[in-house]
Amino acid sequence: MKDNKDIPVEFSHFGFKYTAQQDPTLYDIDLCVRKGEKILIAGPSGCGKSTVVSCINGLIPFSYKGEMSGSLKVAGKETSGLGLFEISQTVGTVLQDTDAQFVGMTVAEDIAFALENSCVIQDEMKKKVLHIAGLVNVQDHLHFAPGELSGGQKQRVSVAGVMVDDVDVLLFDEPLANLDPATGREAIELIDELQKKTGAAVIIVEHRLEDVLWRHVDRVVLMSRGRIISDTDADTLLCSDLLLKAGVREPLYVRALKFAGVSLTPEKKPADHELGCLDENDRELVRKWFCSVKNEAPPKRTKPLLEVKDLVFSYEKRNKRALDGISVTINEGEMTAIVGTNGAGKSTFSKVVCGFETGQSGALSFDGRDLSALSMKERAEHIGYVMQDPNHMISQTMIFDEVALGLRNRGAGEEEIKKRVEDVLKVCGLYRMRNWPISALSYGQKKRVTIAAILVLKPKMLILDEPTAGQDYRHYTEIMEFLTDLRSQGITIIMITHDMHLMIEYAERAIVFSDGRIIADDDPAAVITDRDIIKTASLRETSLYRLSESCGIDDGTAFVRRFIACEKEERRSDDKPL
Amino acid sequence: MTNLFNYIERPSLIHRLTGATKLVSMLLWSFAAMLTYDTRFLAFLSVAGIMLFFVGKIRVKDVSFMVGFTLAFLIINTILIYLFSPQHGTQIYGSCTYLTEWTGRYAPTAEQLFYQSNYILKYSATIPVILLFVCTTEPSEFAASLNRIGVNYRIAYSVSLALRYIPDVQQQYYEISKASQARGVEMSKKASLTKRLKAASNILIPLILSSMGRIETIANAMELRGFGKLKKRTWYMARKFRLQDYFSMLISALLLAAALCLNHLNNGRFYNPFT
Repeated sequence: MKDNKDIPVEFSHFGFKYTAQQDPTLYDIDLCVRKGEKILIAGPSGCGKSTVVSCINGLIPFSYKGEMSGSLKVAGKETSGLGLFEISQTVGTVLQDTDAQFVGMTVAEDIAFALENSCVIQDEMKKKVLHIAGLVNVQDHLHFAPGELSGGQKQRVSVAGVMVDDVDVLLFDEPLANLDPATGREAIELIDELQKKTGAAVIIVEHRLEDVLWRHVDRVVLMSRGRIISDTDADTLLCSDLLLKAGVREPLYVRALKFAGVSLTPEKKPADHELGCLDENDRELVRKWFCSVKNEAPPKRTKPLLEVKDLVFSYEKRNKRALDGISVTINEGEMTAIVGTNGAGKSTFSKVVCGFETGQSGALSFDGRDLSALSMKERAEHIGYVMQDPNHMISQTMIFDEVALGLRNRGAGEEEIKKRVEDVLKVCGLYRMRNWPISALSYGQKKRVTIAAILVLKPKMLILDEPTAGQDYRHYTEIMEFLTDLRSQGITIIMITHDMHLMIEYAERAIVFSDGRIIADDDPAAVITDRDIIKTASLRETSLYRLSESCGIDDGTAFVRRFIACEKEERRSDDKPL
Repeated sequence: MTNLFNYIERPSLIHRLTGATKLVSMLLWSFAAMLTYDTRFLAFLSVAGIMLFFVGKIRVKDVSFMVGFTLAFLIINTILIYLFSPQHGTQIYGSCTYLTEWTGRYAPTAEQLFYQSNYILKYSATIPVILLFVCTTEPSEFAASLNRIGVNYRIAYSVSLALRYIPDVQQQYYEISKASQARGVEMSKKASLTKRLKAASNILIPLILSSMGRIETIANAMELRGFGKLKKRTWYMARKFRLQDYFSMLISALLLAAALCLNHLNNGRFYNPFT
C-alpha cells in the first residue's frame, strides 16, 4: 500500500459528463499527482479545469451528478467508493471565492472549523489554530471578523482552514482571481513556502500562467476542450506553441524573446523569470529587436470630457477620506486605466462620477455640463457603468431581455430594441445564445451580457470595473479588442483594474490611486517601470522590464512600449478575434 | 449599516457570562414575564432589567434603533388592542369603572387602562433583557450556546451563518440597487412612488439569484471541510460554566418560579386591584 501515500491523486482514462449536459466535459484524463509535487493546471475557460477540481475534491459525484468513466483514485481508493468527508481528509480545497469559504465569525473560528467538525477538544484546537495561523502569518488577526480583513488575508485564512486537516494535497481553484497584483504575487510565494514546509502536493488551477510561474512549479498540465493536451515541465511547455493554440497567454517576456527571434530551448530555462540561462547572443538579439521596432508615442487628446476638481468623499461612519482631493481631466476618446490597491479609492471614484454616491465637496462636469444636477438615470445616459460582479447587474431570466432592459426603461420601440440588442449581442459574441436563459451561462459569459446591456444604451463614456476579471486570454482579448473598437468609434473608456497586462496593453493612460489620492497619471509603460509608484500602489512590475534590464537596455519604458506596439501589430495581422 | 445582532464589546459582568447562560437566563426571564400579568412583579422585572443595562454597560444610544422599532410596534399593538377589544379589561377583572361620563363600547374604563398598562409593562419587562442578550453575546458564541441547550448543531450553525452573511447581503442589496439605477431604472425622487417600488422589487431578483449561488458555494465549502460529518461537533468559542453562570441561571429560574407562585396566589394570571 506504499503507492497510496506516494500518489495521492491518480486519474486514468477518466471521463465525466454532467447529467444536465449533452456532451462530456472531460475525456480520457490521465493524470498522476505525486506526493510533494507542485502542479499547475492551466487552460482557457470551459476547458474542464474546474470540473477536474470538483472531481479531485469529491464535489463530483457527491454534490454534482453525472456519469463517470475510467478511474479516479484519491489516496489509492476510487472516489466513487469514498465519502466526501474521507476525501477532504486527503484533499484540502481553497475555493476561488474566499468570502464564501470564510464561514467562521472570526479568523480563529474559521481556521478551527474543520477541527470543530471532527470533534477535536478545545485545548488541542486552540494550540493547532495558533500553530497554523503562524504558518500563514495571520496570528495577529485571530479575532478579526471577515469584514476587517483584506483580500489577501482572507485567502491566507482559507488556506489555513484547509491545512488544519493535515491534508496531503492542497488544491487551489483560481487563487489569483480576486487579488491585486502585489497580493497575487504574495499568494504564489505563500503557496510555495507552505509546500516546502508541509511537503503536501499542491495543485494550482489558474489561467494566469505568468503569475503562477513566479515560483517554480514541477509540471504544467495544459487542458483544452476537456482533454489534457500537454503534461510537462514549464520550460518545455514555454518553448512550444501549445499555449497559444490552447488560448493561454504566454508570459510577456517569453513573447518578447520570441519576437526578438531568440530560439528557446528547455536548457535556457525560460520558465525562470530571472532569465539567468540566456546567453549573450540571445541578449544581443533582444537589443537588436528593441532598436528595430519603431516607437509609437501614444496619441495626445485634448478635448476634455469629464472634469473633476478637488473631489472629496468619505463614507458615513468612517473618518478616513475615501477620496481626498481628486482633480483629473479625462479627454474625449481616451482609454484610461485606473489602478491601485483595494480601498485606494478607485471604485469610490467611479461611484461618485456615476452619482451612486455624492461627494462632500468638489466639482464634476461632463461635456461642459455640471453633473451634480443630474440624477443617476440621467447620468447613465452619458456615462455607462459596468460593475465587476455580473450577478449584481442581472435581473432578467433571458439574455435578450437583460440586454433590452435599459432600452425598455427608456421607452424605445420593440423593433428598434430588437435591432440594437441583436447588434450588440453580435459584437459581444452572444448572438448565438440570445434566446438562452442567463442561468446557463458561465461567469465570463454573464460578464459579457452585462457589458452588452450597458453598451446597448450607447453612452459617451463607459466605466468598467475589472472588465476582464475571470476571463481567459481569448475572451480577454475579445473584450479588450471590442472595447478598443468602441473607443475608435469615439467612446471614452475608463477601466478600473488590477490587471497589469490590461493596463500596459490597452490603456493609453494610467491613473494610479493610493489612499484616496492620485499619485501618478502617465503613460502606462512609464507607470509600470517606476519602482516607487509600483511599491506605493501595490502594483507589480512587468517581466518585460526585468528582461530589458537583463539585456542591458536602459530605457525600460521604451522597451515596454515597443513590445506593446509589436503585439498590436501581431494581433491585427494574424488573428482577428472578432 | 444597522445590523440587528449588535455585539458591543465592553468589559462587564454580563459580558463575562457564557453565551449559553445568557440565552438560558434570557429565556427563563422572558417566560416569567410572559406567564403573569401581576403588575407588581412586572414592574419589578422592568426596573431590574433596566438596572442590568447599567451592569452590562450598554447605553440607550447603542440600542436606539431596536428600541425605536419596538416602541413603534408597541404603539400600533396598543391601538389595535383598543380598537378590537376595548372591553377586554372589564371582562378580565369582572368590574366596570368608567372614567368619563361616556358609557359606550369604546368608553375608557379603569380596567381597560390597567390591563393595557400591564400589557405595556410586559414589554418593558422583556425587551431590556432581550436587547441585553443581543448586545452582550458575541455572535460566534451564539451558535455554540444554542447547541449547548440542545438545538441540533446544524440548525444552530445556520443561525450563526445567517448572522455572518447579513452584512454581506446588505452590502449586496445596496450595490444592486445602484446598478439598476445605472441601467436607467429611476429610483430618485424624480420618479413616482409606484415606479420606485416596482424598481425596488427588481433588485430582489438578482439579490436572491446571487444569494442562491452563494449559498451553494458556501454549502460546498462547508462540506469540503467536514461539516455534518459527525453527530456532534465541538466549538472553538465554547466556554466553561463558572460560579456566576450557575448563579445567574438560578436567579432566572427563581424568577420563573416566582411568576408561577404569583399565578397561584392571584388565582390566575391577573393581579386584580379592583375587587
